[in-house]
Amino acid sequence: MDFFELLASSFEALTLNKVRTALAGLGIVIGIGAVIALVSLGQATQQSVQNSIQGLGANLLTISPGSQQTTGGVQGGFGSSQTLTLDDATAITAANFSSISKVSPEVSRRGQITAGRNNTNTSIIGATANYSGVHNVTMSSGTFITDQDVTGTRNVAVIGPTVVSDLFGGGDPTGQTIRINKIPFTIIGITVSKGGTGFANQDDIVFIPISTAQKTVFGIDYVTSIAMSAASADSITQAENDAGYLLLQRHKINSPTQADFSMFSQSDILSAASSVTGTFTALLAGIAAISLLVGGIGIMNIMLVTVIERTREIGLRKALGAKDNIVIAQFLIEAIILTIGGGIVGMILGILLSFGISILISLPFTISFYAIFLAIGVSGAIGIIFGWYPAKKAADLSPIEALRYE
Amino acid sequence: MEQISISHVKKIYYTGDVETIALDDISFSIKKGEFVAIVGPSGSGKSTLMHVLGALDTPTSGNYVLDGQDVSKLSKDQLAEIRNKKIGFVFQSFNLLARTTAVKNVALPMIYAGIPKQERTKKAEELLKEVGLGDRMTHTSSQLSGGQMQRVAIARALSMNPAIILADEPTGNISTVQAEEIMKIFQSLQKQGHTIVIITHESSIAAYAQRTIYIKDGKIEKEVKNGKK
Repeated sequence: MDFFELLASSFEALTLNKVRTALAGLGIVIGIGAVIALVSLGQATQQSVQNSIQGLGANLLTISPGSQQTTGGVQGGFGSSQTLTLDDATAITAANFSSISKVSPEVSRRGQITAGRNNTNTSIIGATANYSGVHNVTMSSGTFITDQDVTGTRNVAVIGPTVVSDLFGGGDPTGQTIRINKIPFTIIGITVSKGGTGFANQDDIVFIPISTAQKTVFGIDYVTSIAMSAASADSITQAENDAGYLLLQRHKINSPTQADFSMFSQSDILSAASSVTGTFTALLAGIAAISLLVGGIGIMNIMLVTVIERTREIGLRKALGAKDNIVIAQFLIEAIILTIGGGIVGMILGILLSFGISILISLPFTISFYAIFLAIGVSGAIGIIFGWYPAKKAADLSPIEALRYE
Repeated sequence: MEQISISHVKKIYYTGDVETIALDDISFSIKKGEFVAIVGPSGSGKSTLMHVLGALDTPTSGNYVLDGQDVSKLSKDQLAEIRNKKIGFVFQSFNLLARTTAVKNVALPMIYAGIPKQERTKKAEELLKEVGLGDRMTHTSSQLSGGQMQRVAIARALSMNPAIILADEPTGNISTVQAEEIMKIFQSLQKQGHTIVIITHESSIAAYAQRTIYIKDGKIEKEVKNGKK
């Protein structure tokens, strides 16, 4: 009896009892599908978080006003002080540090803006022309804030796609007017969507010239942060030192421990977020491992029951001249066909699930090949071991006993 | 020429310390083309004898020569080959594969002999016509009556052109009318030159054979030549 005969008779045995075959396959399908979908979901989340952090700007370094420790006084809250000014930013630019490529002083607050009868609450950012370079802002139409807009204290605005849909319900509103604190602003550009949701939504945003923001809209003379681009990823620490000591000098503070500002870089956020999403992925992988285990136990049970149910058939086949190895080989091939078939269906299901989830909650679509190999390996091994073991037991029975089995 | 030669065969079963003698020094022979019935009450050892004759089990001592080959001391795989090539089984409960067509059931022993598919199917169809099931070839076991199932089983037993056909209570699960038809098939097979051994406890069935061997308590009680039926 050659291999193809064996293969054919295994296929035949599988098709004879379709319900049993389907049930056995289902365990594998669910086990593999769940592992692939869950691990891919974890990786997609990780990638999404990294993307949106990187979207904040390449080699970004942010200086925020911090609390100054006054002798015997009360320590103010983070960001509560008003110690950073436009002059600080100008000084950093003027110093022409080789470690810093761009400086972007910013004023930001939330505020109500209106257009006709629609209104929305959004982030209002007072920016300079450098903002777009530092924060990777790209335009889908029109232009970003220019130096002329800033020096001229013009009433112009650049708005994000979320604001466009909130106020205008879509379309290109360039040239139209929005009102911030009842002051009219002309829209000169729309930014490209960066993704992100909730508080991190970088599309729900309105940019106006920083001069207009300070003088006309908020009536303040300080800035809420100074963002900088380091010249390269390697010069972030140097940039931190250069800008930091300059500011200490300007603010007449001797010790860095008493600085009235704080600095953090994008790589700090990235590493913090990576450890969070890493934990999240591990959690999902844990859940997936449990589904794989349950799927494996399912395969094992069905295989055991199938072979026991067919003890008489095994007895008959042996009585008619099947050698022990042929009997074992047939059951093993059945188990392998089931595992491979179920594995392929499970893989497709897992990939489709990952794809569905990525569309449903707008995550990047990734497939974890590691998860695919792991899932197919584990359930394949379970299918084969638990297909072989009972078959071996049945083949070892004498044909008389197997034939008498009720 | 002797097709089967059993000499001084003993079969002892051990259950714990208890020793059960199922076959106690049995000797007989069956000639090629003979139709023999082995009759005995339950517990007489006739099932054990059938297992030995069918190469499903080996005797504790003594010799069994089938078609010129001593099969009493063969390995499991060698026994499987003997069963496949030299013995055609007909069981009381038919033992056909469920949900499988008559043709495929008949072809089953030929698969294990490595006969190509086309040849298998052709031979199976011929045999089914021979046992009068030419119009039932693609029916599955559940679509056949008891008598028809037993005829499929007889066709299967013939498929490897075996040295002997061994039938264990072949009429036990079917009606009297069908039993008569089955026994007539065995008689006609004997006329074609097949060696047939039937194990039964009914003397009316044994009467179809040419010779009856009576077994009791693991020993041969008597041998009787039957008149024509």
